[in-house]
Amino acid sequence: MPGFAKSGKRFPTHIVVFLAPAVIVYTLFMIYPLLDSLRVSFYTPDDTGALSFVGLGNYETLFFDENWSKGFWNALSNNFILFAIHMLVQNPIGLLLAALLSLPTVRGRNIYRTAMFLPTMMSVVIIGFVWQLILNPLWGVAETLLDIIGMVDYFQPWLGQESTALVTISLISVWQFVGIPMMLIYAALLNIPEELTEAAIIDGANHWQVFWRIKFPLILPTLGIVSILTFVANFNAFDLIYAIKGGLAGPNFATDIMGTFFYRVLFGFQLQMGSNGMGATVAAMMFLIILTGVIIFFFAVQRRLLRHSF
Amino acid sequence: MTSITGFARKGLMLAAVAGVATSMLASAPVAAGTLKIESWRNDDLQIWMDKIIPAFNKMHADIKVVFDPMPPADYNSAINTKLAGGTSGDLVTCRPFDASLALYKQGHLTSVNNIKGMENFSSVAKSAWTTDDGKVTFCVPMASVIHGFIYNKEIFAELGLSVPKTEAEFMAVVKAVKAKSKYTPIALGSSDQWEAATMGFQNIGPNYWKGEAGRQALIDGSAKYTDAAYVNTWKALAAWAPYMGKGYKAQKYPDTQNLFSLGRAAIYPAGSWDINTFNGQADFKFGAFPPPTPAGQSDCYISDHTDIGLGINAHSKNMKDAEVFMSWVASAEFAELYANALPGFFPLSNHKVSLKDPVAQEFVNWRGKCKSTIRNSYQILSRGKPNLENTLWNVSAQVLNGSMTPAQAAAEAEKGLKGWYKPHQ
Repeated sequence: MPGFAKSGKRFPTHIVVFLAPAVIVYTLFMIYPLLDSLRVSFYTPDDTGALSFVGLGNYETLFFDENWSKGFWNALSNNFILFAIHMLVQNPIGLLLAALLSLPTVRGRNIYRTAMFLPTMMSVVIIGFVWQLILNPLWGVAETLLDIIGMVDYFQPWLGQESTALVTISLISVWQFVGIPMMLIYAALLNIPEELTEAAIIDGANHWQVFWRIKFPLILPTLGIVSILTFVANFNAFDLIYAIKGGLAGPNFATDIMGTFFYRVLFGFQLQMGSNGMGATVAAMMFLIILTGVIIFFFAVQRRLLRHSF
Repeated sequence: MTSITGFARKGLMLAAVAGVATSMLASAPVAAGTLKIESWRNDDLQIWMDKIIPAFNKMHADIKVVFDPMPPADYNSAINTKLAGGTSGDLVTCRPFDASLALYKQGHLTSVNNIKGMENFSSVAKSAWTTDDGKVTFCVPMASVIHGFIYNKEIFAELGLSVPKTEAEFMAVVKAVKAKSKYTPIALGSSDQWEAATMGFQNIGPNYWKGEAGRQALIDGSAKYTDAAYVNTWKALAAWAPYMGKGYKAQKYPDTQNLFSLGRAAIYPAGSWDINTFNGQADFKFGAFPPPTPAGQSDCYISDHTDIGLGINAHSKNMKDAEVFMSWVASAEFAELYANALPGFFPLSNHKVSLKDPVAQEFVNWRGKCKSTIRNSYQILSRGKPNLENTLWNVSAQVLNGSMTPAQAAAEAEKGLKGWYKPHQ
């Protein structure tokens, strides 16, 4: 094209035009609010609601005032427990289910797949309500079921005890969301060409060996994605705990995580007034924690994984 | 795995949509004399439409009133946003104490000192909506809620029990219920935490700390939460635990209500607002008794808590009509209408009001023989960090759960207050 060559590299207007809608919308609704919320974390409101600049004052309060730091560290450590339970229970079960589903001899796999994915599509409020009914010590079905198998002595009001509430809620969340890792891993397993597994079987490998030696290394990148999704979702979690335990995340803050802590600080709770400045500070910390986690993950894990093309 | 950002984003979009919708409403040519009332009482919509507004319009046919409620949990943040954005209705339902005080300080509410009818309210009734120096009142008190105990009359008759007047009698009754029947003696759960503090601690406490005297003493610093009065309140509360329902640690407020309204529990530590629920759901006769008095005490105290007020949006375009409506809210007619439409919400004015609901009448009778006070954490004391009210919820629930002793609960509450409140340092 002589015209193009003559003018050198013409400015690619069409690219700008094509990118503009996404960039504008994303900037307006994601980047700007994020930056503005970071800005607000350096301010504090007075009685009349007017903001004044306090520099890192809010962060100092959050970390060095015991009234704030105790709640913050408690919420953060509870959040890590929530994450650990998802990593140790949800993702292995997701992997197991996906592996079973992808076995060539399974019948009715679509029914299983749909059934196991159903809870994921339901509203958290419904999930919270249903599980509270099941586990309810007054009219729940859990106790009756334990009675049938002779284990009624093990029944406890799990959602109400400091020692068990967080684990119970984590497991409810696992039950709801196990469909997501299952589907992602299942899709990855389907992508593996049959020649590879067939060749291995001809070479004398059994299904167990095929899975761990051939399939597992090939789906590692997907497991990485699943981990990072779990991490981000857990550190942004809020709704299930709010639906089951309310904003004060009891008993004695045993189920308080970053999301509920942030909610109380920003919006206030009962007689506690909300605070824009401190709320933005907590939100900024959540952002930093998630960002750090994602960066570590990308540099330490994801870059070392090989992508295979078939 | 939905997220808080998703939640906040949805909230923002809703707020934006609501904002656009209301600004469209506001800019639309409304008939002169329209008043919009903002409220969190979405349960009361029918009553306002069918009873209260028509009664007002009998006298003031030219003023159109619209009651526009929203869910209670959204109210505080939504009303702040609406007032700041200039999209709020003309009249604003007031939460008690600091939430409304903040709105007044930000210039969103006007003084109601000069509204006709304000002379009908006592200073305790106005305390929830008056500045700390007592000079300006910014909302007309509308209703209070009273704490006490509702009991199942049929279970009491079946087991041959009589209504307890003292704490010793109360404990004897719950013991008898537990020994003689399958019924749950006390319907109360600690999962939601607020019942432990509100229906427990603040319900029986006024008898121990002598009502207003004790409440004022906490504010001026001459009493501390570690004093015997408060520790003994938690001790009395802790004594309930063995008589509460199985698995009460995971029992939520609706569970508790159902436990009682299904006739499976004998005594329900109550707020008077529960009367309406039980009127609709319980098919047995129930009555009420005031908090039993501790040993050797002859005078009694009740929690008669200021709960709902009504204020005027300082930027209302219809100030004159708003004032007309407000002075009607302060009148005897409104008091009688409101109290009978919503049994369990009692007028705060000095007008003599007769109630048709027998249980509500029982509650309000206590005002005659016992002295009224309000919840001791509401005025001034919940301004700091840690928030006293939140702490009381937490420690009262822990006392019921047995994970904290009454003395530890008292120490925790006092420690929090000491951290920021000068009179306690």
